[in-house]
Formats: sequence, structure tokens, C-alpha cells
Amino acid sequence: MATLAEPATTSGIDQFRAEVREWLTANFPASLKGKDNALSAVEGPTEETPEQAAWRKAMGEKGWGVPTWPKEYGGGGLSRAEAKILAEEMARAGAWNPIGGMGVMMFGPTLLEYGNEDQKREHIPAIARGEVRWCQGYSEPNAGSDLANLQCFAEDRGDHYVVNGQKTWTSGGQWADKCFAIVRTDKTQKQGGITFLLIDMDSPGVEVKPIQMISGMSPFCETFFTDVKVPKANRVGEEGQGWTIGKRLLQHERTNLSGGGSRLMPSGPSLADVAKKYAGADAEGRVADPDLRARIAKWEMDWRAFLLTAMRVQAESKAVGGISEVSSILKTVGTKLGQERAELLIEIQGLQGLGWEGEGFSEAQLKGTRGWLFGKATTIYGGSTEIQNNVIAKRILGMLDHQ
Amino acid sequence: MAVLTEEQTMLRDMARDWAENESPVSAWRKVRDADEAMGFDAGTWATMAEMGWAGIIIPEAQGGSDFGWLSLGLVIEELGKTLTASPLAASAAAASAILLGGSEEQKAKWLPRIASGELVATLAVDEGPRHDPAGVAAKVESGKLSGTKAFVAEGDSAGLFVVAAVDGLYLVEAGAGVAVSRRHLADFRSHAEVAFNGAAADKLAGGGANENGGLLDAVLDRAAVLTAAEMLGMASAAFDTTLAYLKQRVQFGQVLATFQALQHRMANLYSEIELMRSAVEAGLAAIDGGGDTRQAASLAKGKANEVGHLMSRELIQLHGGIGMTDEYDAGFTLKRMRVLEQMWGNTAYHRDRFARLSGY
Ligand SMILES: Cc1cc2nc3c(=O)[nH]c(=O)nc-3n(C[C@H](O)[C@H](O)[C@H](O)COP(=O)(O)OP(=O)(O)OC[C@H]3O[C@@H](n4cnc5c(N)ncnc54)[C@H](O)[C@@H]3O)c2cc1C
Repeated sequence: MATLAEPATTSGIDQFRAEVREWLTANFPASLKGKDNALSAVEGPTEETPEQAAWRKAMGEKGWGVPTWPKEYGGGGLSRAEAKILAEEMARAGAWNPIGGMGVMMFGPTLLEYGNEDQKREHIPAIARGEVRWCQGYSEPNAGSDLANLQCFAEDRGDHYVVNGQKTWTSGGQWADKCFAIVRTDKTQKQGGITFLLIDMDSPGVEVKPIQMISGMSPFCETFFTDVKVPKANRVGEEGQGWTIGKRLLQHERTNLSGGGSRLMPSGPSLADVAKKYAGADAEGRVADPDLRARIAKWEMDWRAFLLTAMRVQAESKAVGGISEVSSILKTVGTKLGQERAELLIEIQGLQGLGWEGEGFSEAQLKGTRGWLFGKATTIYGGSTEIQNNVIAKRILGMLDHQ
Repeated sequence: MAVLTEEQTMLRDMARDWAENESPVSAWRKVRDADEAMGFDAGTWATMAEMGWAGIIIPEAQGGSDFGWLSLGLVIEELGKTLTASPLAASAAAASAILLGGSEEQKAKWLPRIASGELVATLAVDEGPRHDPAGVAAKVESGKLSGTKAFVAEGDSAGLFVVAAVDGLYLVEAGAGVAVSRRHLADFRSHAEVAFNGAAADKLAGGGANENGGLLDAVLDRAAVLTAAEMLGMASAAFDTTLAYLKQRVQFGQVLATFQALQHRMANLYSEIELMRSAVEAGLAAIDGGGDTRQAASLAKGKANEVGHLMSRELIQLHGGIGMTDEYDAGFTLKRMRVLEQMWGNTAYHRDRFARLSGY
């Protein structure tokens, strides 16, 4: 991906920091400070206030929602160092990134790598401005962990395909404008018979049925395709190359999800502060319950170790110019820690941490309950923990199947 | 499985058949969807009472069957398997306070009504969201009780509250001076905040509320062990459901049950649930034995918390995406399990208590 050169001098960095600050002051509405909703990605669109719309527009025009994407396609064109400064300054100002979703996290980077020029010009700028919502058409009822078993079929009709079949667990399918899907174009081979297609969700023959989750939200769907016409111009890569492209997209998904735990974490008080509030503090200001104190410390230490590992992976990848092998553990470890934190938080708050709705609970407590439940999915989607462990054991450690 | 008498075996089988046929999880789903504060179906509860279950631990003289705690635990375990909602455990725990600390007159007044199921009774102890019997501040002055109790199970339908005050346990009838507000938790059962404002209170004999080994302790042990019995039913049903699912779900051209990584997980869960069962049954037996129940109760609830937590997490994880859907029943177990984990002491609480009782 093309990026600008690293700023050569500290003065360059300082200057950039000053520019960012100035821009944020001018463009980030103070009324939105700290009002980010960690669950917004899974809750679907809500009515934007004029401030929120203005903020999204400003970030979109600047390209800073996707800071390291190339400028020519509407990205920010920033170096990694600059992007880091942007993130720091945004955090300092209580600002957040209003541009996200699957387009940003996984589809955009994949298309930048595998798409043709027309496809990039058509899709990337709209993603960078936060104007188009994408959903992921991968899983099917009998193709979850075993994704290559997918059966949804695209028949070649010359200048277009006709798609028939079903996808499931399609996150945000009911709100999405477009779907990146992997479909079967050849029934005689498994991986080699898969093709990567872009499907307009408002095409005739596309039907979505939302499914309610245990957290009470309905962010994912069963998606049915009946004789859906997809122009060949919407095929990414060659026919039969879909498995390779689809897997690259999954790498982006996993990389993003490894930070999933941290993104779902409520900003605000630490576990220890919450524990002092609910379980009390002793005369020296320590969490009164020694068992809880030890477990909070264990979690915090694990979390620090995880962050250090994520940083090490980044540094190593940069040094070798490829993906560090250690990166494959980030998703499993990060999601596990995210779940453990949510469980701890509930335990600390006692029954107050399990409120569903209505009187007697704060907004944060109610969100905590939903977040805890939703978070159970993080070790399932994007390649479950078990599947990640299989990959680590076989591909990295060289351990073999027992059959 | 404890060695059961013929009577106990019959009772357990009857409860199992009834729960499977008359009160499957789909029945709970209907109650959940109705979203009423009471959190159970009145007709279902009436049927349970007709079968005599509300009086299992109540002496025959007061209209019960005096079958004992192991018997009650067996029934509650079976009901836990199908997530049957009822005030059975709460009412029995409250009744035990009257049995242990009530005068003949108090027993005669309340126990027959509890045994017939006509009256729902419940314990009102904790004043905050975490179990803390030492933190009770409710007070009685010239026969009038004042104080607020948080998360009173079945508080929305209770006619009688057994309330912990600083100097002991009191009986308070729903009505004047008692304000009940619904608290809607993830398990959709009844957990009300109950404010007592100069409510008429009738004292039970037997020790101050905060006294170790006193009446409150004995009653809380009973509440904890019954809760553990419900968790045991839930955990074993969750295990069975998961095992059956792994045996039929095909991925990579094989049933999931053929993967050794999953086999070992299931083997571990199986072992843990067996330990949980022994601990719960020993807790029930200790109550039937009539001696000091404290250590056995902490063992039962502590182990139930730990294993129930693990099993309910694994239940979702091993089902994959389908486990995350509301349409599937697994989420009910996860949500109810976390609520029960908090009630009458979490794992840390019971580990600490176990250590103290063991003298270290
Ligand atoms: C909230 C949520 C959002 C999602 N969003 C999307 C989306 O937008 N688009 C999309 O395409 N998909 C989506 N998914 C689907 C997700 O990717 C699948 O659920 C996931 O791949 C697991 O597949 P499965 O549900 O069929 O579980 P299964 O594959 O049936 O797995 C069941 C259990 O068995 C384990 N298992 C399976 N195979 C093995 C093995 N070989 N060894 C050991 N253990 C194994 C699994 O880890 C799991 O614990 C979403 C899922 C969830 C829960």
C-alpha cells in the first residue's frame, strides 16, 4: 500500500502533531467528547445528530477515518507514525473514529490488494467517507468452521453470474448496501471452485431475515439468494481464486478482531476502581476482597503482556517485512482476555452487573450486560479459538493430524 | 449419584417426567416472552404445589410430606434441567427459617400455607448487589421494620418476607409499609427491590443475624445449597445438550465429536460436573443430618459456581454461532447461571468462608 515517507525529523512529527490538534479543535464538536459507542458496529445505524453527521463528513473528507490508505482513493495517506499520532491526539481530545465497519476493517484492504483499478475507484472512496455499508457473505448453515464446504452457487451466464443459495450469520445484512461474498463456481473441486463476488444487497432475489441474539440485539441475518444477477465486473480476481482472496480478507478480520477485546471495553474506570466501589477498599486503599484483588491483578498483567506482544508483533513484522508468526495468537488471546474482563466486571458488580432493562440500573450497567453477552461471539466468529489453535498447532508448530 | 431410597427415586423420576413433558424449556420461553415481573407461570406453580413439592421439607403436622432436603434437591435439580421457573427454592429457604426459628404458633400460622403453595415466601437478606450478610443494616424498633433489601428473589409475588435485621430474622407480610419495585435482570426472573418502611415485623427466635452459626447462617446455607442444586441441573443439562450436538454436527466431513481437542474438553467437563454433583448432594445430606452445615454448604455452592460458570461458557462456545442466537436455548442457561452464581455468595465468598471454617 502506498504511503507517504516517514517524517524524517522530530520537528516534522511535532509539526504534524500541532496540525492534528488544530484540525481537531476546529472540527471535532466538543459535545461529542467521549460519546463513542463501543457497540455501534453491531447495533446498526442510529439516527445521526447534526454534530455526528458533521464529524463523519469532516473525517471522511480528510481521509483520516482510514488514515493509512492511499490518498488517491480517498484515504489519509499517512505513515504509520503519523497515524499513531493521529490516534493519540484523538484519544486526548476524547474524539473517535466515526468511519468503520467491515468495509474499513477487512474489505477495503483486500480490494486494494486484489481489485482492479475500476473496482478500487468505485468502492474505496465511498468506504473512506463512511457512505457505504458492506456485509460479509461467507458462512452457510453447513459451512462455518469448514468454510471451504460452502455451497452457494454462481452459474456463469456470459457477462454475468446467477447466484442461488443461502448464507447465514451475515452481520449487518439488513443494513448493508453491498455484500462481499465467496461463492462456488465449480462443484468438482473444493477450495479451487470458489470465487469472490461483490453483490448489491438491493438486487432482485436477495432476501434477509434478521436473527435475534442472546444479547437481545438483532445484528445478524440469514441471507437468501434466488436467481440473483451479478455482473462479471463485480468479480474480484479470477474465477476460482476466491479462496485465496477470501483467506487474505480473513487475515485482516483476525488482525482487527485481536484488538476486539480492547474496542469493546468501556472507557472509563479501571477494574480496580469498580471493585473498590462495589466490594469496598481497605484502610490502605486496596481492593478489600483479596481474591478479587489477585484476579484483577492477574487480568491486568495478562492484558499488559498481551499489549506488549501486539506491539512486538508489529515491530517484528515491520522488521522482516511480512507477518510475524506470533500474530496468529493475538486473536485467541485478545478475545479471551476481553471475555474474562467482561465476566470479572459482572462479578464485581454482583447482581447490579446483570441488569437487562428498566429501573434500578445505570446506562453503563445495562450496556455492560449486553456487551458481556455479545462478547461471547468474539471467540466464535472470524475463525473460532479452536480453529485458530488448529492453525497454530499445524502450520506453525508442525503438529500433524492424528488420522 | 447418591444412593436413593425407593421414595426418593420415585419422586425424582416423577419430577423428571413432569419437567420433560409438561415443563420443557419451550414453556420457560413463553414465560420469558410474556415478560411479567412475577417471572413464573401461576398455573405451573399451582400444579407443582398440587404434587406436594412446596411441602417437601415441611413436617406432616403442618401439611408437608417431610421428605427432607435431598428429596427437595432432587426435584429442584430436575426443574433446573428444563429451566422451569417457580418460587419453589425461595419459598423452601424461607420456610426453613420458620422451621428452625419459629414458635409453634408461627409454624402453625405460616407453614401450612407455604406447604400448599398458596403462599409464596422468600428471604430478604442482602442490601446491596453482592452477597453480604454481615452488612445487614435493617432495624426493628417497637415491632416495626425499616430498611431496604436489594434483589429479593420472587419479591414480586411473595406474600411473606423473612427479613434479616441487625438483631435477627423477622417475618413481614406483604402490604402496609412494604414497597416492592421490579428489578429486571438478564435471567427474566423476579428480583425485586423491597423497601420496608415501618412494616409490622414478627421476630423468629434463634440468634442475631450477624452471628456466625446462628439462625441466619443456617438459613443461608439452605438457600445456597438449593441454588447449587438448580445449578447442577442446569449444568448437567447443558452438558448433555452439548454432547448430543457435537455428536451430530458435521464440519470438515466429520462429526465434531471425533476431534480430540473437543473430546478432552468434554471429558474434563464431565469430571468437573461429577465433582459438582458430589458436593451438592453432600450439602443436601448435611442439612438432612441436622448438624453443622456451614462447610458443606460452602463446598456445594463454591463448586457449583465454578463448574456452572465453566459449563455455561463452554455451552455457547462449543455450539458456535447457533449458541449465540436467542432462538436456541443456550443463552437462557448462561444468563440464569450468572445470576445464580451471584446469589448467596460467589466463588470467592465461599472459598473465603471455607478457609475460615477450616481455621486458616
Ligand atoms: C456474532 C456473529 C457474527 C458473525 N458474522 C458473520 C458475518 O458477518 N459473515 C459471515 O460470513 N459469518 C459470520 N459469522 C459466522 C462465524 O464465522 C461462524 O459462526 C464461525 O466460523 C463458526 O462456525 P459455526 O458457527 O458453523 O460453528 P461450527 O463450525 O459448527 O463449530 C462448533 C464448535 O466446534 C468447534 N470446531 C469446529 N471444527 C473444529 C475442529 N476441526 N477442531 C476443533 N474444534 C472445532 C468450533 O470452534 C466451535 O466451538 C458470525 C458469527 C457470530 C457468532
